[in-house]
Amino acid sequence: MGIISSGFHGKRQRGNPAIPPGQYETEGFPVLTAGPAPNIPLDDWEFFITTETGRRHTWSWDSFMALPQVEIRTDIHCVTSWSRLGTSWRGVSLDALFEDVQTSCEFATAHSYGGYTTNVPLDDLLDGRAWVAWEFDGEPLERAHGGPARLLVPHLYFWKSAKWINGIELTQDDVPGFWESNGYHLHGDPWREERYS
Amino acid sequence: MSTMWRVADVVSGVPETETSRTIGLRVAGLDGYLAGQHIDIRLTADDGYTAVRSYSVASARMDEVLEITVDELANGEVSPYLVRDLAVGDQLEIRGPVGGWFVWRPSNPNPVQLIAGGSGVVPLMSMVRAHEESGNPSQFRLLYSLKSPETGFYQDELRTLDRESAKFTVDYVYTRKVPEAWPSLPARLTAETLLANILPADPAPDIFVCGQTVFVETVAEWLVQAGYPAATIKTERFGGTGGTR
Repeated sequence: MGIISSGFHGKRQRGNPAIPPGQYETEGFPVLTAGPAPNIPLDDWEFFITTETGRRHTWSWDSFMALPQVEIRTDIHCVTSWSRLGTSWRGVSLDALFEDVQTSCEFATAHSYGGYTTNVPLDDLLDGRAWVAWEFDGEPLERAHGGPARLLVPHLYFWKSAKWINGIELTQDDVPGFWESNGYHLHGDPWREERYS
Repeated sequence: MSTMWRVADVVSGVPETETSRTIGLRVAGLDGYLAGQHIDIRLTADDGYTAVRSYSVASARMDEVLEITVDELANGEVSPYLVRDLAVGDQLEIRGPVGGWFVWRPSNPNPVQLIAGGSGVVPLMSMVRAHEESGNPSQFRLLYSLKSPETGFYQDELRTLDRESAKFTVDYVYTRKVPEAWPSLPARLTAETLLANILPADPAPDIFVCGQTVFVETVAEWLVQAGYPAATIKTERFGGTGGTR
């Protein structure tokens, strides 16, 4: 059912198949965070992947930068209803980071500096669908937007693209992360409007 | 279930400032919410076009009516309609209230420092009201940064609470224009002014910061530098998609 608001006309962006249901397009890049932005010197920065066996794979900033760097052009969708089309990023594909990782886990928890976590099925992180990104629009990623590096999983709502990424813990079960424990959906597919739990 | 769309009746619309108003919504079956949560509002045009936006709840009450305060954004799609055109007796659709992070619970024993930039005061006001209505004796302090006295929300109520409540204090910072006989000139908020007008870092209060992006980030940064533990600082951005960077 729909309640008609007579006199409401809105600003039409209809007919753009790139905009998921319930979203509107913005030219800006709003910031949504839960607390202060952590400050991470590159010398101290580390990225890890841990598996169910306790094996820990790690990269320093230098060894991370030595991996193949790719350009990513993608649309992003925030659960607060804005979408931004055609954003450009540079970073490392998670496929490259997972190349030597052996696991039977089906889920992952992304851990950020500052304590933020978010859960993502491992399938959603592989096959060219997720990156660790450190450049936005040709500039190093600002701290407010997650610099030095953030997870980029653009086919899910943007809270899954954890800012200030520190590493990925592989898990057997789907363990709710920060926003997922605070009323948001476990998976977060914008095309299915998986906003709230 | 709180995440289904429900019909709300508009039962009141009271201007707060020249560009904002507080809207009362009666929602059948509203089953309580936490101070600081938001709702989504969906407007539908006569040809079926819809637009959805999130608004913080301003009221504290857990009964059938909740209030939001909407500030009109220049070039906004939904806020001008809500501030200028929506009338008492109209209906619209809401989803929520939702959110479990930027919330204050009456069982919280800690002192609380609220820091608002402009219209970011809305969810903080919900907390102030919930705190006043509760038996919770902890200290609440609000620092309210405004461009000018005319842009303040809830001014009479805040003045009264400041005078009469033993557990609430409000302090103001004016960035462009001060009230008559104000002891200082209008100035941008500085770390020094901020720290002079909030609860001390020891014992650490729970801190809620809400305003536009730059305001929130700057304030959160100063707080961390001054020794307030990052884990005690909760932030929320406010004001549509403004403050782009």
